[in-house]
Amino acid sequence: MSGECNTDSRLEKILRSGKFAVTGECGPPRGADPEVIRKKCALLKDKADAFNITDNQTSVVRMSSISSSVIMMQQGLEPVMQMVCRDRNRIAIQSDILGGAALGVKNMLCLSGDHQKFGDHPQAKNVFDLDSIQLIQTVRRMRDEGKFLGGEEVKGVPKLFIGAAENPFADPFEIRVPRLAKKVKAGVEFIQTQCIFNLKKFGEWMKGVVDRGLHEKVFILGGVTPFKSFGMARYMAKNVPGMDVPEELLQRMKDTPKEQQADEGIKIAVETIQQLKEMPGISGVHIMAIEWEEKVGEIAEKAGLLPRPSV
Amino acid sequence: MVVGERKPFEEIMKMLEGHKKVMVLGCGGCVTVCLTGGQDAVRVLSSQIRMARDKDGNPIEIIEKTVERQCDPEYVDQVQELVPDVEAVLSMACGAGVQFMAERYTKTPLYPALNTTFVGGSVKEGYYVERCQTCGECKLAYTGGICPIARCSKSLLNGPCGGSTKGKCEIDPNVDCGWQLILDRLRDLDQMDRYEQILDIADWRTSRDGGPRKMIREDFQR
Repeated sequence: MSGECNTDSRLEKILRSGKFAVTGECGPPRGADPEVIRKKCALLKDKADAFNITDNQTSVVRMSSISSSVIMMQQGLEPVMQMVCRDRNRIAIQSDILGGAALGVKNMLCLSGDHQKFGDHPQAKNVFDLDSIQLIQTVRRMRDEGKFLGGEEVKGVPKLFIGAAENPFADPFEIRVPRLAKKVKAGVEFIQTQCIFNLKKFGEWMKGVVDRGLHEKVFILGGVTPFKSFGMARYMAKNVPGMDVPEELLQRMKDTPKEQQADEGIKIAVETIQQLKEMPGISGVHIMAIEWEEKVGEIAEKAGLLPRPSV
Repeated sequence: MVVGERKPFEEIMKMLEGHKKVMVLGCGGCVTVCLTGGQDAVRVLSSQIRMARDKDGNPIEIIEKTVERQCDPEYVDQVQELVPDVEAVLSMACGAGVQFMAERYTKTPLYPALNTTFVGGSVKEGYYVERCQTCGECKLAYTGGICPIARCSKSLLNGPCGGSTKGKCEIDPNVDCGWQLILDRLRDLDQMDRYEQILDIADWRTSRDGGPRKMIREDFQR
């Protein structure tokens, strides 16, 4: 993969220099208090190279990803601004891309977005003017060709490092590698995968990725989420669409005494990272400690990922 | 066909409040086929209304009538003698029919008895499903004859999303994943190579985003 950076993103520099990257995640608050983000930032600082700021995840209204990204940058952390297609048409999407870039955002993650049915406003009208693949094309076009979708010139292009998600565990499995190929064709530069619990299946997917040489065209960061408890593991296994939690992991959490379950969850996450580090084609990990930001550092430390390199 | 579903009875009764004589007007088109707005439906709804109003000691006179189609001026004209005699018309047509009536009879309030729900068909008697969202630019040639706009809950042109599980959509385990259906069909047609072609960003001007639509057969305009 080219070592030359397209943007000033720290995450891009790490990846293009061949270092194993680490990203984390920060969910904005359900209110206007910036302190919530500042507190999370204090826990996350220096524990990863960049941090996703989610965009109204699970369709629950939260502080916008752009403003939360700005608050994060004020704390000296690098955000990955998530953007979903659910809530904006192409006019608003392109406008927010310009706005985010103008405010200093350097990474963007292109997502379709969870259906609004899951959130606190199931009555909402959804947009989906574009889909995630078309969103990747849109940012690429604005950045590299200096053109809006309508064809007019972008005066001052948004220098964003472009990412997307991929879920190797969703069905049908046979198109999950071709789907990544479509995202690569659209111009994606890094991928963060869905939480990996089923390493065997993930390995199968990665083999397909490597066989097609896609790992040489896109940086792949494996998604890792620690279980806080057996209850959470069971919830993810049963209630989260597209999540694959093998029975033996559930059993392992279940067999662990309640007060030690959190530690066991972290242990599993660390083991997963160790295995991902050895897997051909993997360029980093994306640690999603959902509302458990204080544990990102511990996981990264135990997995031998700290200190983060300076670039 | 256009599928319609009858509105809740309470809502209909509220619309008719204050009226003493109304017409319940059925439509012989799509809503007759889907059993919600034809002659039989007119008879059933009219008796229900009469009974409810009698029970309240507030009787109502109802003229029952059904025309061939309410979305056609020729048939809408057929009730011109009757409409001036009633205080309001409760139309059992789809939204298009109700509006053709409202445009024709400007002095009479028009109320919809149905919620127009979708364009689809019946998979068996009394069981109707959506198939088309009338986007105005049919893409079925590229997606194995299954519409991603109507069948995918997110209308993704390049699906499936990460929520597709065992052939079902993330919004409901009883809803098929539209993209799973597309892929199954592409496989059957030996057209799986089509999956890797990125479908272009849609031009929604042909959909309702371009404003109210028209289709004009110039050869019939004279």
